[in-house]
Amino acid sequence: MPEVTTGWYLVLGAALFIIGGVGLLVRRNPLVMLMCVELMLNGVNLSFVAFSRALGDIGGQTVVFFVLVVAAAEVVVGLGLVVAILRRRPGATADDLASLKG
Amino acid sequence: MMDLSVFVVSAAVCLVGALGVVLARNPVHSALMLVMTLFGIAVLFVAQEAHFLAAVQVIVYAGAIVVLFLFVIMLLGVDRAQSLELDAMPIQKWAAVVFGAGSLVVVVALARAVDHPVTGEAAVGGAIDGTTPDVRLLARSLFSDYVYAFELTSLLLVVAVIGAVVLARKPKRVEQ
Repeated sequence: MPEVTTGWYLVLGAALFIIGGVGLLVRRNPLVMLMCVELMLNGVNLSFVAFSRALGDIGGQTVVFFVLVVAAAEVVVGLGLVVAILRRRPGATADDLASLKG
Repeated sequence: MMDLSVFVVSAAVCLVGALGVVLARNPVHSALMLVMTLFGIAVLFVAQEAHFLAAVQVIVYAGAIVVLFLFVIMLLGVDRAQSLELDAMPIQKWAAVVFGAGSLVVVVALARAVDHPVTGEAAVGGAIDGTTPDVRLLARSLFSDYVYAFELTSLLLVVAVIGAVVLARKPKRVEQ
C-alpha cells in the first residue's frame, strides 16, 4: 500500500495549475477564463499547504490566506469589468476585445 | 489506507471538476464544476490538517466567489451553451494542449525521479507541533510576522470595492 507523500500533493497541484492554464489559453468566454484563473490559484494553494505540512511551518497556510483575499478582490474587479464590457457589446469574447477603442 | 483512499477520491474529484470547467460548453456548468473542484481541495486541506483553511475555502470560494460568478452569468443572460469551435484559433488551441500535456509529463517525471521533493529548513516561526490548534498558529503568524501584509490587504479590498463600484456604474452619456 503506497504512502501518500508530499510529492503526490505537489503533482496534483501542478496538474490543476496546468489544466487551468490550458483552459485560459483555449477558452474565449471571459467568465470561463476567470474561472480558469481560480483553478490555477487553487493548484498553488494546494502546493502551499503541502509544503506547510511537510516543513511543519504555519507560514504556508498564512500565504494561502492572503491568496484567498487576493482571489476575492480579483474576482470582484474582473466580474465588474466583464459586466461593463458585456453590457456594451453582448456576446463579446476575449478576441473581440483586441482593441482599446471601446 | 485511509489516507490513500481519501487522497485518491478527492484528487479524482478535483481533476474531473477542473477538466469540467475547461470543457463544459455552458458557463453555468463550468461554475458548478468549479464548486466540485473547490470541495475536493477543501477535503485535501482537511487531510493535511489545515482545518481552518478548509472551512474558509468552502465559505469564501464555494459560498461567495462561485455565487458571484453564477450571479453575473444569470444577470448577463449568457447561460447558453456555446460551441467550443467558436473559441481560440485551432493552432493556438493545439499548441496550448501540447504545451499542457508536455508540462504535465515533465512534472510527473520529476516527481518520480526525486525521492524527497521537499527540502528546506524546518519552521523558524510558527511551528506546527500537532498540539496547538491551527487557528491559533495561523492567527499568531498573521498578526505578528505578517501584520503589515495583513494591513495592506485591507487597502487592497477597499481599492477592489471602489473599482467594482466605478466599473459597474451605468456609463453617463457624454455631452458634446
